Amino acid sequence: MLLREVEYARPASVGDAVRLLAEHDGARALAGGQTLVNVMKARAASPDVLVDLNGLDELKGIELGPDGTLEIGAMTTYTEILESAEARARPILGEVCAQIADVQVRNRGTIGGNVCSNDPTNHLPPLLVALGATMTIRGADGERTVPAEEFFLGVYMTAAGPGELLTKVTIPAGKGDGFASLPIGRDGTCIVNAAASLDGGAPARVAIGCVDAVPVLVRPESAEDDAVRGAVRAAGVQPPDDVHASAEYRRHLAEVLAVRAVRAARERAS
Amino acid sequence: MTPETSRTIAVEVNGVSYEREVETRKLLIHFLRDDLDLTGSHVGCDTGNCGACSVLVDGVLLKSCMLLAVQADGASIQTVEGLGDDGELDALQQAFSDHHALQCGYCTPGMLMSATWLLERNPRPSEEEIRRAIQGNICRCTGYVNIVRAIQAASGQEVSE
Repeated sequence: MLLREVEYARPASVGDAVRLLAEHDGARALAGGQTLVNVMKARAASPDVLVDLNGLDELKGIELGPDGTLEIGAMTTYTEILESAEARARPILGEVCAQIADVQVRNRGTIGGNVCSNDPTNHLPPLLVALGATMTIRGADGERTVPAEEFFLGVYMTAAGPGELLTKVTIPAGKGDGFASLPIGRDGTCIVNAAASLDGGAPARVAIGCVDAVPVLVRPESAEDDAVRGAVRAAGVQPPDDVHASAEYRRHLAEVLAVRAVRAARERAS
Repeated sequence: MTPETSRTIAVEVNGVSYEREVETRKLLIHFLRDDLDLTGSHVGCDTGNCGACSVLVDGVLLKSCMLLAVQADGASIQTVEGLGDDGELDALQQAFSDHHALQCGYCTPGMLMSATWLLERNPRPSEEEIRRAIQGNICRCTGYVNIVRAIQAASGQEVSE
């Protein structure tokens, strides 16, 4: 497919990347490109300038702090996460990354691209909300941090605005996590997914994906099945209705998968 | 660092160096096929789903329809033409032939690259590992059974009945 004409720049530093994004209207950061290049083919997105982040080593890599905090550079690929010894400090990360698409996509797609594209069916937005991750955003005026539950603003929209760049995802220590999904075929697009973490202390953090524009965070009073089910029901989600599942079925799945995710988290925490 | 709409890039493909000016909007698959006349890698779906365009870029298995050619500047690329030696099939290609792992053959270049990547990292994969490794490659003829058998045979393992 021939893309619409697009200007391309390969900055040498994060500072240069942020400058380019701020200087050019219609500029977009190009991370792994496993979503962006495809939506450009379909003309669903038509950036005027692509700012290629590949080659910026300062955005890559996984560091495990002495207190168990993980810092993951935005340009770290799914394969790098699932093969990383450091990321095993929070095993759910590798387990979920291994469920994304296929080998080729995992080799190129990045954690930063996944969350910044904020497709409501993506795996990592609900996971990072459940884990209580913090997003570091760099702009012309410096750096700021945003909790994951405030990072996702709408379909394809995040707190990283024009002229800004997500540089890092910080995940606190913990291991009492679970993830459950109903995908379309193994490792396919999720119809509904749910992530849970018991590490933030009670109440548990449960984030449900694919039922709204952004992950829906619920805090059940306990990790018992009935409490989780009740909390999801009380959230009153209004999921989309499409060829893959009715809204009613997605509502049902939200409860079932939240319970499964919390059970998995409970098992791991014990 | 100024944004531009065309660039001169240098790549090595199957051991041969090329320097070409390319439009920045050109996908790597079209650069390989149209500019370098390496038509072994196929365009199947052009949406990143079918894997027929899979190549190794600096040793990493990627779909070349989801990469711009300019992003491969400085890279060493291996395509299906780089398998085997002087017209001789390599062990994997021979196994595909022996086990009838292709019918129409359209997916085969991508399948071979995915299997090459798998066997480089995991010389004796289980059937489950083989099936997961070719998950990004769609074949509408074989039902995958003979492809799995061929990869088992190429890795010196007993072939599933």
